[in-house]
Amino acid sequence: MKNTWSLTKIRILLALRNKTFMFFGLIMPLGFLFFFVLIFGHGRTGWIAYILGAVLTITVMGSFWGLSVQLVMFREQGILRRFRLAPVGAGALLASSIFANYVLILPAVAAEIIICREAFHMVSWGNLWAVFALVSVGAGTFSAFGLIVASVTNTMQETQVINNLLWSAFLFLSGATVPLAVFPVWIQKVALFSPATYLAMGLEASTTGYIGGHELLEELIALAVGLVVAFEVSRQLFRWEPEAKVPGKAKLWVIAALVPFLLFGAYESSFGNQLLRIQKHFQMLDRQTSSERAR
Amino acid sequence: MSEPVIRVENLRKSYGTVAALRGVSFEVQAGEVFGLLGPNGAGKTSTIEILEGLRTPDAGVASVAGLDPQTAGLEFKQEVGAVLQSTSLPDKLRVSEALALFTGFYRRRADPELLLRRFQLEEKRNAFYSQLSGGQKQRLALALALVNNPTVLFLDEPTAGLDPQVRREIYDIIEELKQEKKTILLTTHYIEEAERLCDRVAIVDSGQIIAQGTPRELKHRSAGTTRIEVRLAKQVSDGILNSLEGVSDSREFEGVYVLHSTRPPQAIVALVKLLEAESNELQSLEMFSPSLEDVFLELTGRRLRE
Repeated sequence: MKNTWSLTKIRILLALRNKTFMFFGLIMPLGFLFFFVLIFGHGRTGWIAYILGAVLTITVMGSFWGLSVQLVMFREQGILRRFRLAPVGAGALLASSIFANYVLILPAVAAEIIICREAFHMVSWGNLWAVFALVSVGAGTFSAFGLIVASVTNTMQETQVINNLLWSAFLFLSGATVPLAVFPVWIQKVALFSPATYLAMGLEASTTGYIGGHELLEELIALAVGLVVAFEVSRQLFRWEPEAKVPGKAKLWVIAALVPFLLFGAYESSFGNQLLRIQKHFQMLDRQTSSERAR
Repeated sequence: MSEPVIRVENLRKSYGTVAALRGVSFEVQAGEVFGLLGPNGAGKTSTIEILEGLRTPDAGVASVAGLDPQTAGLEFKQEVGAVLQSTSLPDKLRVSEALALFTGFYRRRADPELLLRRFQLEEKRNAFYSQLSGGQKQRLALALALVNNPTVLFLDEPTAGLDPQVRREIYDIIEELKQEKKTILLTTHYIEEAERLCDRVAIVDSGQIIAQGTPRELKHRSAGTTRIEVRLAKQVSDGILNSLEGVSDSREFEGVYVLHSTRPPQAIVALVKLLEAESNELQSLEMFSPSLEDVFLELTGRRLRE
């Protein structure tokens, strides 16, 4: 645990000294917020909370992108080899990446909430405890996904390709950019198999304050199970050396990381009521906006 | 003789179809500096990385301080220190932070301040890793290898790519470690390094140890012979230099003729006469007393630098 803590501190320090991190970790999420508010929230204060939920989702999901790139870079540059000589296990190294990443997204999360409330006149603070819980678990889950991407790709180029594919899927099939409620039902059902959907649904419901924390249990459980499984998978697949290739069999572990979401997706699309809840919230927002306009 | 600190027995390792190690065996005693000398691709790094626990052998036995590097895990890492041939640290990590971080991983810890002083990095304590010169990076790598005051030290090509002055600085540091009776295994392709630093040397070629002993013992093989290296204005035909009086062996390497002679004055006179007869000219002539380079040449027919 001591090693994890030492590595976490160093990772945070290194990130804060990195201009790229400052751009992608702070400026870009806030840029998304201003852009979304300008396009979708202008004159519709009811929508600000919903937009905040979406932007928080993007901020949290960004964890996987930064971590995967950094880990591959460390491996390619031979930095991981140096750590491998020390009595530091892969678990400590990976856990420190997740903890550091979590700490590093908190300023952007806090800034987004405060700006929405103070500058964009968000109607209420929403359910902040639920937001905190979802951001915490979600950051861990998506960081662990990033670690898996880093483990199964051999070069930075491969990492970028996989990241782009996953990022696009997470972004457009979760409700983080286009509200899920406007998609055809079959797309909504497909989205239920994506981890990003659980984060987006949970955060959007929390920021709008439409539901209590206990109603977010399913999202929290899905993300928490995803975190535990993805962390273990990343530990199993972890490679210190650039020339150590991933054996084909080991790639099956990647499927294991998706199993929780396949199960949640199958259950939710057959017996769940999440899609109905999304529809209901979307209609409530719509009605709120109509009445704002009428006034 | 006491139990060796490092024991390697019939080590084998292949990468695909390429056999990197073909039955390497040697032992290193406590407090000894043992060198693996050989050209690039000889199998030195594979051997040392197996001993560091970074690679798994296909067959054979490797033991360090009574522990198996492959199975002893973190406990093994507490005992050893290493400088890798290719490694790095994050660009934005400061020298003092790197030392503090790595020191913190170990149960037995050296004082980071003392290490900074010892490796002349005090002035660079706040410098980022990316701001260090090649020599400073290597000094930091050595300092990091000593943060746990290790019983066994592995140095993989510790001076490769460094300029001669920095190389000599590193030699001084290794000699200090030798005085402290650290057990050191180092790999190198520099003759001077092996001769100056090592108590015993194993000459490695194509994944095998082809000779081992003290530098003096190894050089004794070529005792009484002098190496004469000459450059000529025109090429001479194969074998003609071999037939000169006093020349026991001659080979050509990239325009340099390397002659071995037990009677150098006669050999030089014969060479000059031959050049006159062939209207050839002597561009340069250098004479060397026997070195490990000659042993390698004798055993493999190639030069270490090839």
